[in-house]
Amino acid sequence: MDLLLSSFDILARWDVLIALVVGSVGGVIIGAIPGVGAAVAIAILLPATFSLDPIVGLTALLGIYGSSMYGGAIPAVLVNTPGTAVNALTTYDGYPMTQRGEGRRALSLAYSASFFGGVFAVVCLIFLSPMLAAIAPHFGSREIFLASLLGIILVVLAHRGQILIAGALACFGIWLNTIGLEPIQYSKRYTFGQSWLSGGVDLIVVVLGLFAISQAIVLLVDKNRAPRTGTLSGDLFQGFKELFRYKKVASVSASFGVLMGMIPGVGEFTAQFMSYTAARRGSKTPELFGNGAPEGLIASEASNNAVPAAAMIPLLALGIPGEALTAMMLSVFYVHNVVPGPQLFQNQMDFVVALYIALLVLNVMVVAFLLCSTNLLLKIIQIPTRFLGVIILTLSFVGVYSLRNSTIDCAIAAGFGVFGFMLKRLNLPIVPIILGMVLGGIMEAKLRTSMMRVKSPLDMIDRPIAFILFLLILVVLGSHVWRMWRDRNTTENQ
Amino acid sequence: MSAEPKRAKPGEFLFVGLFFAISVLLLTQIGDQAKFSAKGKLFAQPAFWPGVGVIGMVLFTGLHLLTHMRQQAKNGTGAEVVIWLRAFEFVGWFMVYVVLVPRLGYLPSTVLFTSLLALRMGYRSPAMLGWAAASGVAIVVIFKTLLGVKIPGGALYEYLPDGLRNFMILNF
Repeated sequence: MDLLLSSFDILARWDVLIALVVGSVGGVIIGAIPGVGAAVAIAILLPATFSLDPIVGLTALLGIYGSSMYGGAIPAVLVNTPGTAVNALTTYDGYPMTQRGEGRRALSLAYSASFFGGVFAVVCLIFLSPMLAAIAPHFGSREIFLASLLGIILVVLAHRGQILIAGALACFGIWLNTIGLEPIQYSKRYTFGQSWLSGGVDLIVVVLGLFAISQAIVLLVDKNRAPRTGTLSGDLFQGFKELFRYKKVASVSASFGVLMGMIPGVGEFTAQFMSYTAARRGSKTPELFGNGAPEGLIASEASNNAVPAAAMIPLLALGIPGEALTAMMLSVFYVHNVVPGPQLFQNQMDFVVALYIALLVLNVMVVAFLLCSTNLLLKIIQIPTRFLGVIILTLSFVGVYSLRNSTIDCAIAAGFGVFGFMLKRLNLPIVPIILGMVLGGIMEAKLRTSMMRVKSPLDMIDRPIAFILFLLILVVLGSHVWRMWRDRNTTENQ
Repeated sequence: MSAEPKRAKPGEFLFVGLFFAISVLLLTQIGDQAKFSAKGKLFAQPAFWPGVGVIGMVLFTGLHLLTHMRQQAKNGTGAEVVIWLRAFEFVGWFMVYVVLVPRLGYLPSTVLFTSLLALRMGYRSPAMLGWAAASGVAIVVIFKTLLGVKIPGGALYEYLPDGLRNFMILNF
């Protein structure tokens, strides 16, 4: 009870409440505009949050992260264009429902499933907290090194069909992070005699280049598009009643979201596809999937909205981000000297619980906002894409330049913008670069610390959690090799 | 997460090839660019992690080139390169904006930037140009005036009268 009161005390401030409102409403709007997405918005806002209290900055960013997928469902359902990448599966059943005149029902179901997924994940997080608080202190340097290694392997393997290039880009991220002064012996690494490289390449500069500037260039180079939408009439509450009919689908999908969200590198896409497949298997009308099945829509939205809360678990408990957005949030923690990891759970549990409560409140606020303002959001969706490109490029400047007023940072970000643009044109993944940078730094520091205490390589895994993590790495790699062998055999037989 | 394309997109082979060449170049420089002393364990060498990075880059891109050789697109690489080059126009716009801000000031540079870029992108109607300028003002007000992000006042502001100069430097 004391813990709860202390957590409410952290949240009961006007600036936190404003951050929650701005984050949640802003996230919905950003999510609803195809071509922007939470990653771009968080990248731009990140430096602006550095001057705020950690709880204020984090609630604003969490707001954007948690609510963007709600907004992304609107264009996915009404104009067959996902607002964010993770809403792609929503188009499969949402748009066919709109085509048969059930747009309002589809949108209402999407909101209610999203709400269920979001709240379910926060409740899971609250119940898991005591367990996490008990386990987290057993994570020493070697366990965090192995967990980071597992994370990077999972991120690479998650890009099926692009594993080699994802591996190369993750290694590129690891290399990028080593540029500048090495932290122990202070020798220079890959500075090529350039003093401006001595400080290294800032993660925020890379993130802004790869996500924001590249997206601006994509929109500016592409043809101008402005999706056309009508207006919706009637109440949007019916989905909440209807969701009760599909409670099993919603619960299973949200559970997949929680489970996949907790595993670094896996995230929304895997959760969605697994829950969609499970929903189709369990459905009495599987033939409707892809043609406007309410269960398909619920599976997609409940699972993807459960991920943000679950993704906070490895970040808060171990300091290991599982995907790009939590990697960005990690920098907010570091800037304020709040180091996520086992110590956070031991010493600042009220801060952790405050974040959970913020996530819970956020979901309520988002649904309330959506129920009142969907027709207004339909107008925002119609913003021409090239105009959006102009705005994103202008906003990218604030993000980069406000870091340290450096023209060189802006030039580096622009360079990464072109690099990210090329990757996006080629459908190659960007996330491994960011996770390579973040997890590479963690791995370097933790391997050094842990190897000082071990005499032989086997000592690395002589503790239970380290051994389990090592086994998991072997299982993940082994199952991948087995899958490759199976796919090759199938291809040869055909 | 995306499925393997049956045929690589135009330009992919060129992109990965360039990435491979740069990775090899970086690997050849590791002796000069990172310290490796005879004493000390391998993992504690300053060159260890950059080595992990560049060796991984060479290995993975090399394997990608070998395994995807037959999947490379037959046509369209030239057109794709032209599209890549078009990106530099917007990098140019961005860098001019970066250079202008400390000289003209954040507000004038931003309004000028959004309006001119909107014009360049084909928006001719007064309404759209008005929206572009208004968006510029809104961005400055939100970030500099309200959030107080660190962006220096423009050199041009020095020519303003005393009271207005301080106001502009602090807020716009």
